[in-house]
Amino acid sequence: MTVIDTPATEHAQPTDAAAPGKVFGLIGEFDNVTDIIGAANTAREAGYKKMDVHSPFPIHGIDDAIGIKQTILPWIVLFMGLTGMTTGLILTTYTMADWLPLPGFVPENFEGYTFLISGKPLVSLAGFIPVIFELTIMFSAYTAVFAMFLLNKLPLMSNPLLKSERFRRATDDRFFLAIDARDGSFDVHKTAELVRAMPGCRAVELIDE
Amino acid sequence: MAAIHPGTEIPSVETDNTLDDPSRRAPLVTGGLDFGGVTDAVAKSATSKPTLLWWVLFIVTSGMALMFFAMIGYLVVTGVGIWGNNQPVAWGFPIVNFVFWVGIGHAGTLISAILFLFRQNWRTSINRFAEAMTIFAVVCAGIFPGIHVGRPWLAYWLFPVPNQMAMWPQFRSPLLWDVFAVGTYASVSLLFWYTGMVPDIATLRDKATSRIGQIFYGFLSLGWTGSARHWHRFERAYILLAALCTPLVLSVHSVVSFDFAVAQMPGWHTTVFPPYFVAGAIYGGFAMVLTLAIPCRVWLGLEHIITMRHIINCAKVMLGTGMIVCYAYSLEFFTAWYSGHHFEQFVFRGRPLGNHYIGFWSMVFCNCIGPQVLWIKKVRENIWGIMWAAMCVNIGMWFERYVIVTTSLSRDFLPGSWAQFVPTWVDLFMFFCSFGLFGSLFLLFLKLLPTIAMAEVKTVMPEAHAHGHGDDHAADDHPHADDTPAQPEGA
Repeated sequence: MTVIDTPATEHAQPTDAAAPGKVFGLIGEFDNVTDIIGAANTAREAGYKKMDVHSPFPIHGIDDAIGIKQTILPWIVLFMGLTGMTTGLILTTYTMADWLPLPGFVPENFEGYTFLISGKPLVSLAGFIPVIFELTIMFSAYTAVFAMFLLNKLPLMSNPLLKSERFRRATDDRFFLAIDARDGSFDVHKTAELVRAMPGCRAVELIDE
Repeated sequence: MAAIHPGTEIPSVETDNTLDDPSRRAPLVTGGLDFGGVTDAVAKSATSKPTLLWWVLFIVTSGMALMFFAMIGYLVVTGVGIWGNNQPVAWGFPIVNFVFWVGIGHAGTLISAILFLFRQNWRTSINRFAEAMTIFAVVCAGIFPGIHVGRPWLAYWLFPVPNQMAMWPQFRSPLLWDVFAVGTYASVSLLFWYTGMVPDIATLRDKATSRIGQIFYGFLSLGWTGSARHWHRFERAYILLAALCTPLVLSVHSVVSFDFAVAQMPGWHTTVFPPYFVAGAIYGGFAMVLTLAIPCRVWLGLEHIITMRHIINCAKVMLGTGMIVCYAYSLEFFTAWYSGHHFEQFVFRGRPLGNHYIGFWSMVFCNCIGPQVLWIKKVRENIWGIMWAAMCVNIGMWFERYVIVTTSLSRDFLPGSWAQFVPTWVDLFMFFCSFGLFGSLFLLFLKLLPTIAMAEVKTVMPEAHAHGHGDDHAADDHPHADDTPAQPEGA
């Protein structure tokens, strides 16, 4: 286990330990899944809320350990899927049957076109199903991807965590517990000590803003 | 990436994982690789200089791709008369090649979406490969109908864009369904591929040593840090995409088959076409996956990640779908006989005995006879045996589309409108050169992007699960590890 190498004095100012810049947070490095789940549980029980775990792959059981709520993503996707279906329905029936009188200022080439082909009904819904189906899928799939990235606040091109040489292994084979400096219980020394004392903690690093 | 939890007793050092013993779960990563070992094996090709072989292959294939574009230029300035297609065989090579390529483009999404929903963990090693192959095959597929319309500068007529004619596309036509199906499929597959790749591009970003590499991968990885909150939404999005892509992939080749089945032509107008085409697409797609994966795993040193077990599994899927395809062939003949329809019977008599008999018998040999060697275990466990079967299918599936398009069109209802189809050198050369476009894109992928879904492979390794790993850490170093609260399994 890593020894606590910097003695935490009672009156030390948090900024003393850090570089002149503002502290962004603190990361603790672990090398296996069991330890990082234990660490996340310990931190949550110690009252930390603004914390995260960074891992090279999704860990099962980590959501409960940090207290991650279910995402609303599926509902957004459902809503946009229904929007896509409605779009397909309106597009096909309107352009083929011209059921909506448009106001005069709309250019003529936006109007529907009563396209009578081999005596089929103008609204031949069965024939429109493939297009409506594909538009439903297209809207939902695009939404699943773009909404996921936006909810994750990505793309984020500048992240203080990425400045850490150690943190590079978060996408390789190491697991990091990151505690945000904005958390109410955050204190550079106390938090560092807590993380250091966690079973399996290999290193603790302070991240500057 | 929700994975089945592998058992605890998985030996990961074993190199032969082709065992059939159901009481033991076979390891999916062999050679004793740990997380770091997987990263290093995959990142090696992206972080090192390209080899001489890569350059040779790339120059050859990109040269072919340039020739392909030159032929398109020749076509545009001259006209479609340079092709062999004419009335009555108006579809000819461009549509044969379109169906061939779009069929190949089915295995990728099948592996990534359908096998994901069925929790087939072995898919993780080959899905990235197969998805890349899908995208590039669909690129090749999209070009052919685009240039087949004769005046490609009017291709916007395919889309519902308000235009100077105040007309809209005909939404009751299968050809227009195709535009929507293939368009949706191409763009959604691209998104699926890219989304799955973001965490792995972040790995390459962190492994990159050159500044250019860091900027390139840093930009593409969107600032991914592997945050648990991000993973949570990522997994949700991934499973939603898989669920959406499953009906999508089945719909695409069904819609392609409607191009034929909705027409009144004898030999085309059958209800078996959608399932028959989908099975054929998966058959051809898996053959192409094997054709690419077998040499690449050796070339890139990925034998411990794309193991023999993966190759054998693909071969089994190929054999299974091949049987469906052969059944469909025989069913077509039965239906023609049973229908009592004169013209239908004439077309099906003409396939084995008529003017395109060479195409028909090539198809039967390559799709129904050649790959049957895979029933023999010894052959299935031999790379060359599998390669033989895959090459048979690659060739046979092209002939299948050739037979479907030409036999019906060249011998329709009136003998007065019969004509023989003869491809020109432009037809043959364009088809040949389209492999250059496919190959050069695939080589760029092998060099620049993560060829294996590293994050997904790591989740199916035994070490990825708390309390489950038999490695030395938990037991020796951290006696407290067992004090941590039990985690809900499979949450």
